[in-house]
Amino acid sequence: MTVQANDPPMTVAEKPASLRPMLEWIARRTEPVVIGLSAILIGLGLFSLFILMIGKSPAMLFQLMYTGGFGSWFSVQNSLSRAAPLLLTALCVALPARLGLVIIGGEGAVVLGGVAAAAMAMPLVGTVPALPSLVLMAIAAMVVGGGWIGLAGFLRHYRGVNETISSLLLSYIAIALMNQFVEGPLRDPASLNKPSTKPLPADHMLGNIPGMDVHWGLAIGILACILSWVLIEVTSYGFAARVAGGNVRAAQIQGLPVGRLIAGFTAIAGSFAGLAGMIEVVAVQGSANASLAAGYGYTGILVAFLARHNPLAIIPVAILLGGIDASGGLIQRRMGLPDATVLVLQGTLFIVILFCETFYGRFKIFNPDLWKRSY
Amino acid sequence: MEETGIGIWGVPLAILAGAIRVSTPFIFVSLGETITERSGRINLGLEGTLVFGAMTAYAVAVMTNSPWLGVLAAMATGAIFGLVHGWICKWPKVNDIAIGIAMMQFGLGLAFFLGKSFIQPAAPHLPSIPFGFWSSLPQIQAALNINVLFILGALLAFGLWWAFGNTRVGLILRVVGDSTDAARAMGINPDRVRLLATALGGSLAAIGGAYLSLYYPGSWNEGISSGQGLMAVALVIFARWNPIGCFLAALLFGGAGALGPALQSIGMTQGYYLFYAAPYVLTLIIMIATSSPTRSLAGAPGALSLTK
Repeated sequence: MTVQANDPPMTVAEKPASLRPMLEWIARRTEPVVIGLSAILIGLGLFSLFILMIGKSPAMLFQLMYTGGFGSWFSVQNSLSRAAPLLLTALCVALPARLGLVIIGGEGAVVLGGVAAAAMAMPLVGTVPALPSLVLMAIAAMVVGGGWIGLAGFLRHYRGVNETISSLLLSYIAIALMNQFVEGPLRDPASLNKPSTKPLPADHMLGNIPGMDVHWGLAIGILACILSWVLIEVTSYGFAARVAGGNVRAAQIQGLPVGRLIAGFTAIAGSFAGLAGMIEVVAVQGSANASLAAGYGYTGILVAFLARHNPLAIIPVAILLGGIDASGGLIQRRMGLPDATVLVLQGTLFIVILFCETFYGRFKIFNPDLWKRSY
Repeated sequence: MEETGIGIWGVPLAILAGAIRVSTPFIFVSLGETITERSGRINLGLEGTLVFGAMTAYAVAVMTNSPWLGVLAAMATGAIFGLVHGWICKWPKVNDIAIGIAMMQFGLGLAFFLGKSFIQPAAPHLPSIPFGFWSSLPQIQAALNINVLFILGALLAFGLWWAFGNTRVGLILRVVGDSTDAARAMGINPDRVRLLATALGGSLAAIGGAYLSLYYPGSWNEGISSGQGLMAVALVIFARWNPIGCFLAALLFGGAGALGPALQSIGMTQGYYLFYAAPYVLTLIIMIATSSPTRSLAGAPGALSLTK
C-alpha cells in the first residue's frame, strides 16, 4: 500500500480497513495451500490405512520414502533426475487446461519426440558437432510433438472432435508408429532382444549440470515452466487464453482468435512433451526404444492436476512425485512390498486432491467477499 | 499354404475368429460405459476397473477353482469402483474426466499390488461352445469356438437396446442423462441414478477384465490390458451411445486388431506394427468425419460433459 501525499490523515476508525487489502490477499493465497496440503495429508492417511490393512508399518514406509526420495544428496539428485521429464509432460496438460481442454495424450508426444530426435541424429552424428546436433534434435522433437498434440487442438476447434479422446487415440497411434520405426527403418541391427535405434556417441549425449549428478533436462524443464508461467500470467496471449478457457462465447464476441489460441497452446504443450522424449533419448537411454513409453505422459497428468495447472507449482510437485518414484526401489527392497506401491499411493493422492477441489470457495475465511456478512 | 487347406481364405477367417475372440472385453466395457454415459456422466477409469476385475477374477478362480465365482467377484469389485467414482463425482466442481484418470491409476496400482502373487498359478478357464463341430477343418473349428461370455455380451447388447427404449428404468436413465433439471422436475434424484449407473457400468467393465484373465489370453499379468478399457470409451462415442452399435463396433475393433497377425500368418510382414494402430486410426477418422464444431454429436446425452 502506498500512501499518496494528498490522502486525508487516517483516523483510528479507518485503520483496520487499511489492513484489509493485505488480509484479502493473504486469504486468497492461503486457500489453495491449505486445501492442497490438507488433501495430501488425507491422502497419506488413507494410504496408511491401506498399508496397515496389509500388515505393514506406515511409519516405516514414510520414513523410507523420505530416505529414498530426499534423505541424502544422492537420493535428492535421483529425485531431481526423475522430475525432469515430469516437468515437461505436466506442462503438456497444464497449458491446454488454461483453455479448458483436457489433453491426456502427452505420452504419444513423448514417444514420437524421442523417435524424431533419434531419427534426426542419424545424419548428424559424425558430420555436425555435438551442440548444434542437439539443438537440431530438440527442434525435430518439438516440431513432431507439437504437431501431434496441436492436431488434437486443431481437431477440437475446427471439427468439434473431443480432445480428450482424440489425444488418447493419437497416443496409441504414436506408440504403434514408434514400434514400426524402431523395428523397421530406424532399427540398429546390433540391438537384438530390445529393438533400438543406433546408440548415440557419448559426446552427443546431454551431460550433467555442473556440480550435480543430474542431467541438463532438469534445467530445461524448469526453464520451460518459468517461460510457460510468463506466457500465461504476463503476456496478452495468456490472458486471452484464460478468457477463452472461462467462456468461449464471450471470447469470440470479444474478437479473440480462439481457434489460433487453441491450436497454438496445444502445439506449444505438445512441443514440451516432445522435448521430454528427446531428453529421455539424449540424457538417459542413448537411443529411441520401447522404454520411451514409460508412463511419463500419464504421471504428467497427475502432476498438472496436483499443481492446479499453475506452471510454477508444477516445479515442486514434479520434484515431490519424482521423489516418490525414486523411493519405490528402496520400499521394495526393505519392506518386501511390490513396486506398484508407489502407483497405489499416487492414485490415492490424485483422487483425494481432485475430490478436494469441491472445497474451494466453500470456506468463508478464504473468501473476502463474504467477510462483511460474517459479523 | 497347401497343408492348411484353406489358403488365402485363412485371412478373413482369422479376422472373424480374432473379432470374436478379442471383442468380448470391448463389448462389456463399452456397454457399461454406455449405461454410465447415458446417465450423463463419463467414467474414464474403466481401464483400471477392467484390470482390477481381471486380477480379482483370476485370484478368486485360483482360490475357489470356479471361474464363474471369479466373474462374480470381479463384478462386485467393479461395482465398488463405480460407486466410488460415482460418489466422488456427485460433488460440485469435481472434474469427472480427471477423476476417471485418477481412478484408472489407482485401479491399475491396486491390481498390480495385490495381484503380484497370482502371476504363477493357473486358474480354471471359462467354458466355450464349439460351434464349428460341423467342419472337419481345424481352423474353422478354432474360429467358431465361441466363449459363453461373448454370447452373453451379445444378448446384453440387444437387451440394453430394448431396455433403453421400452422400460421405465431406461426412460429414467435417459431423462437424467439429457437434462438434470428435467429429471429433478420429474421427481427423480439424478445423483442417485448416476451413482447406480456408474456402479453398473463398473461391474460390466470388470466382466471384460474377467474374460481377459480367464479366457483370452487366459492368464494374469501386468500387461494384460493394452488399453481396452480406455478404447471402449472412444468406442461408445463411435457407436453413438447405442448398445447394438457398441456390439458391432467392438466386433469391428476386434477384427481390425486381428488384421495384423492374420496378414503376418500368410507371410505379409510389411508394416506389421502399423496394423496395431488400425482400430485407433479407424476411430479417429470416424470421429473426425462425424463431428461438427457447431452441434453436439447426434445421440449424445445432453448432460454429458464430454460433448459440451
